[in-house]
Amino acid sequence: MTAPRLRTAIWNEEAASGDPFTAESCYCHGYDVFGEILEKASYPEYLYLLFRGEKPAPATARALEILAVALANPGPRDPSVHAAMAAGVGGSPAAAVLMAALASGAGVSGGAREIFRSMELWQTCGCSLAAWQQALHPSTEKSAGQRRSVWPENEHPPGFAAYSPQFALPVRQTLAALSRVLSADKLAWLHSQREALEQLADSPLAMTGVAAAALTDLGFSPADGEMLALLLRLPGAAAHALEQGRNGIRHFPFFTIDIPNDPGPQTGDSYGER
Amino acid sequence: MNAENPLIFGEGPLQSAVGGCFPGERAVFRGRDLHAHLRDADWLDLYLFGITGRQHTPEQLKVLHAIWVNTSYPDARLWNNRVAALAGSARSTGTLALAAALATSEAAIYGRQIDIACADFLERAQQSTQAGANLDDVVRDELKRNRSIGGYGRPVARSANDERIGPILEVAARQGFANGKHVRLAFAIEEILLNGRWRMRMNYAALAAALALDIGLTPNEYYLYLFPAFLAGMPPCYIEASQRPAQTTLPLRCSAIDYVGPDRRFW
Repeated sequence: MTAPRLRTAIWNEEAASGDPFTAESCYCHGYDVFGEILEKASYPEYLYLLFRGEKPAPATARALEILAVALANPGPRDPSVHAAMAAGVGGSPAAAVLMAALASGAGVSGGAREIFRSMELWQTCGCSLAAWQQALHPSTEKSAGQRRSVWPENEHPPGFAAYSPQFALPVRQTLAALSRVLSADKLAWLHSQREALEQLADSPLAMTGVAAAALTDLGFSPADGEMLALLLRLPGAAAHALEQGRNGIRHFPFFTIDIPNDPGPQTGDSYGER
Repeated sequence: MNAENPLIFGEGPLQSAVGGCFPGERAVFRGRDLHAHLRDADWLDLYLFGITGRQHTPEQLKVLHAIWVNTSYPDARLWNNRVAALAGSARSTGTLALAAALATSEAAIYGRQIDIACADFLERAQQSTQAGANLDDVVRDELKRNRSIGGYGRPVARSANDERIGPILEVAARQGFANGKHVRLAFAIEEILLNGRWRMRMNYAALAAALALDIGLTPNEYYLYLFPAFLAGMPPCYIEASQRPAQTTLPLRCSAIDYVGPDRRFW
């Protein structure tokens, strides 16, 4: 019998003597994780190494750290955090809380798939306003015949606000902070061309757009960026869910409902009418 | 603030035509009283009623049940089932194991991503041929645009027969659904793909999608109907892994890692 082998360029292990299932040394892209990285690298540096396979330049690690702080908590009104709280307040397992946050933070409207699609736009359009003009207003002919996806269609241009009428201050502050440490092309261009892009999109730049530009400049693919966006937004969801769990269900909003086709109290049984 | 902002319209009571509950009193399900009108409903019929707003005939439900039944494989090596088994091995909860395994089933090389694409293609192909297009051209065009056609070929056995096709066709025949226009179309596409240079056979995804379309589901309805399709095979994988000593399901030695990255280096 041939033992299954797991091919990876990320991780290697040396087994402890006499125990083939316990690692004595672990290496991430060639660096000793517990012998060296543990005390020498920051968390953003290690995160970058895991995804990109290289030790980041100091400015790169700092930019990733700024992005991680910016994304860590979208606040309790955000659908992903709201979903996490809805799970946490009922006492669901911690993993269910994070699964709720991931599912509701994964979408094409404000979620990680929006960042994925915005990163695709950055890859396609780069720093060309003409290319952005074309991409933000695609012809219907181009999308006809494309394989149907499980993801819904965009209802607003990826990277731009769905409803907000103005460039929000936290988004402005994040863009400025990232631009100060990262002199690479997309962010700098976004900083200078923001208003022109907003005119093309007919809506203000959103946090998803800033994150997408930064992640692209940091060298991440759209798939990497989507995954990182999901990961980086979990701390706020977790903290808010734990808090609501402690507060209890009576202090958590339940909302009222209006059912226009409510049949009202019934007495008969008519199942089977088709 | 802009009064046209949809968020403002969304405030206030939740407007819902799909239903709600009145604790201690009753529950409404798509305009019907759940306990008065639907209390004896077949679960799949209720599930489909929730998705489509339509109820289905016993014959339709038999075929739709059979589509689930005949693809329920309690094999813990399969990628989605493996998630349930590993969660059992690590002594996680059954619900977390099964929820994660079902979410995993929305895969790109099998499962939900294939299913929705396949149903969508069959629907488009049906419309194109009905409008006079040649099916060979429709297939060729699809391959040119998307490189493959979901529902034809299999990730582990590209040209092998799909063992699920015979049984589901037999059930479909008994219920009067073996010769619908989408089923005939699915077979006609297989013939083109087999006779051409592609050598791809139809797999279960194409036939299941065709049957569902003939029953009247749209591609989106079909996608949601399929959500529990692999579920029945998952609890056995979780249970068996839970019964083995902890962490002993599919263990890997350190030496199983086939490392292909950079040599040892220093930070």
